[in-house]
Amino acid sequence: MRRLVITTALAVASTAGFAQKSTADGIAEYRAMLADGNPAELFEAKGEDLWKKKRGPKNASLEQCDLGKGPGVVKGAWVELPRWFADTKRVQDLESRLLTCMETLQGLNAAEIAKAPFGKGEQANMEALAAWISAESRGAKMNLPQGHAEERRMYELGKRAFFFRGGPMDFSCASCHGEDGKRIRLQDLPNLTKNPGDGVGFAAWPAYRVSSGEMWSMQRRLNDCYRQQRFPYPGYASDVTISLGVYMGVNAKGAESIAPAIKR
Amino acid sequence: MQNKTLILAAAALVATAVATGCATGPSPAELDQQALAMLKASFRDQGIATVDRLDQDLGQKACSSDKAPAEDVAKKIEADALASVKWPNGGQYVGDWREGEKLAQNGRGMTWTDKSAEPTANGANCYNCHEIDKKEISYGTIGPSLLGYGKLRDFKESEIKAAYEKIYDSHASFPCSLMPRFGANKVLSMDQIKDLVALLMAKDSPVNK
Repeated sequence: MRRLVITTALAVASTAGFAQKSTADGIAEYRAMLADGNPAELFEAKGEDLWKKKRGPKNASLEQCDLGKGPGVVKGAWVELPRWFADTKRVQDLESRLLTCMETLQGLNAAEIAKAPFGKGEQANMEALAAWISAESRGAKMNLPQGHAEERRMYELGKRAFFFRGGPMDFSCASCHGEDGKRIRLQDLPNLTKNPGDGVGFAAWPAYRVSSGEMWSMQRRLNDCYRQQRFPYPGYASDVTISLGVYMGVNAKGAESIAPAIKR
Repeated sequence: MQNKTLILAAAALVATAVATGCATGPSPAELDQQALAMLKASFRDQGIATVDRLDQDLGQKACSSDKAPAEDVAKKIEADALASVKWPNGGQYVGDWREGEKLAQNGRGMTWTDKSAEPTANGANCYNCHEIDKKEISYGTIGPSLLGYGKLRDFKESEIKAAYEKIYDSHASFPCSLMPRFGANKVLSMDQIKDLVALLMAKDSPVNK
């Protein structure tokens, strides 16, 4: 699989060179070829299995998990997260909500899962679950609720986190994602202070990353953003990550979700 | 009749008060405090990336909003930045542009996956945001193009000094600049900054070809 992708990339690169195409055209074509046969499907299948499988000390499935639209309703749930949950009295994103369900329904240890490294064990399961759950909203429009005072407060906190400059290089999220039409090297940067468009930014994660062969949930995407911002380490499903989800998700209202997308 | 008007007016007042009451969450200042508390609670140390990186100086705090700081604050940021600049001995601002190009290409350093925070372990990240040598097509656009930087400035001595100052502490010329304050924040050493000045200002640098 990996080799095939690399060969494709080389082919595209050389075609682009011969045809004197612009770099951007070449990259767009490369991405289009990648999207044709997105390996995210493999993660989706695993995620659906995990949702239905009886697991944990309580030997229960996640089928009674309430993702915000009632127990067991998965379709359309992703495009309304993060949102307020009355039982935990918290605004939760998909991953923090899954942790709640894994603990209450299956008896798994949420704190331990949150501390585990990305891509391994229960964290790999989280990524598969996020892939399937987001896929069940593919084509739906982002529509995060803002009816609850806590949802509005988390939006305001997320906005402040987004613009918060710190670390040895003074970066904030806004350093890279605060204006239209900017790039880092050749990588386009969505402006996340507003709706960046269908299938862009918040409406494109989780995503399969070709470069690493991994499925990244929004939690992992944010974690790596903060690494590159030269910040300290954000806790998995911590409030700063959830509030940023609210900020970006509400800003993206009406954008079509293509998650799980495919990235270079 | 008059009574009825009074009652209606009173009812309207109560309605307004209730509506305002419902709409009023925490004040902006309270939200600022809550956001800081949230950040402190959400991050932890990892390797060289310790939580004290969240302690903001003025140049970070006053630039952490979608609005520019007030003029007097911007002036203070500028003055602090200028005072922070350490100048090389003997007015020698220009190093080796070949080393500067290597640094410009290098985007590493200062993350929690990096072992050392010493300048020798860090790149300058220039191409991430700037066009520099026209042979390098993989450049970012967050900052302005630097093609022909020195030539456009007639290689003037004052411009060489200004380039050193901008790289050392960008806020000295542009308060709240998005560019890191490489010297002031000890990301790069004085010698590394001189190499970058050479990349921009040396007559034989590819930037000016």
